Amino acid sequence: MTLREIVDSLEATVHLGEGNLDTEVSHAFASDLMSEVLTLSDTPLLITGLCNMQTIRTCDMANIDQILLVRNKKPTDEMLELAEDNDMTIISCRYSMFKTCGILFQKGLLPLY
Amino acid sequence: MHQEYTIIEGDFVNAGKASSSVKKTLKQLDVNPSVVKRVVVALYEAEVNAIAHAYGGKVLVDIDEDKIHMVVADKGPGIPDIAQAMQEGYSTARPEVRDMGFGAGMGLPNMQKNVDKLDVKSTVGVGTTVEMEVNFS
Ligand SMILES: Nc1ncnc2c1ncn2[C@@H]1O[C@H](COP(=O)(O)OP(=O)(O)OP(=O)(O)O)[C@@H](O)[C@H]1O
Ligand SMILES: [Mg+2]
Repeated sequence: MTLREIVDSLEATVHLGEGNLDTEVSHAFASDLMSEVLTLSDTPLLITGLCNMQTIRTCDMANIDQILLVRNKKPTDEMLELAEDNDMTIISCRYSMFKTCGILFQKGLLPLY
Repeated sequence: MHQEYTIIEGDFVNAGKASSSVKKTLKQLDVNPSVVKRVVVALYEAEVNAIAHAYGGKVLVDIDEDKIHMVVADKGPGIPDIAQAMQEGYSTARPEVRDMGFGAGMGLPNMQKNVDKLDVKSTVGVGTTVEMEVNFS
């Protein structure tokens, strides 16, 4: 599915990367633990409740460029600046991690493993 | 090529600056992207540890034709039992560190997995030095 479909199904807000919404997304990974994200060899959509500079740094190191923040977390200007340098897309939704994952799983987004 | 970075005590916001900069350098040098990822993931974990568990320190990076050598040396409490610290899941991270998204006890195992050479030296009450090397091919 495309990022745009993800945004629509979660009634999500796009904070950065409006121009990337037609990108196809096949897999997602959900975690609040950055060291867990750093073990991945793939580069899925990251679904996370962690919203700070380390979220962006971690994605930079892991080559992940699609971030979905749950529980109404909003990125700071500093986060957006760093994310923009790395051409990332950041969206957020108001749902809990569980509900967010449930909706996207049902729509066919795949787990990494 | 030699590069040095300072890690400031408690400066979580800037944790990863050295790794970001090394990433840019290695990309410019056309190093294989999967090798770049291994290097920066390991360095980033070490940088975060120097802030999460110690009082900051220094990052020394040496890049030559076929490999990168990295040293992250901190002033801090040191690691009493390195073998235990290397075990996946072992963590003494404070609640503030967990709130920052760290404390899974996976950093040192991540470093081990990503580098070709890892050497952790530590003196309790003085600090910890993590030395890593990754070959480019
Ligand atoms: N530089 C350091 N100074 C002092 N203690 C350290 C240092 N690095 C690691 N340790 C000790 O080793 C433990 C394991 O480190 P490791 O990086 O594997 O996990 P973590 O930092 O606790 O969590 P994670 O890296 O998954 O976010 C730490 O919790 C801490 O007790
Ligand atoms: Mg760690």
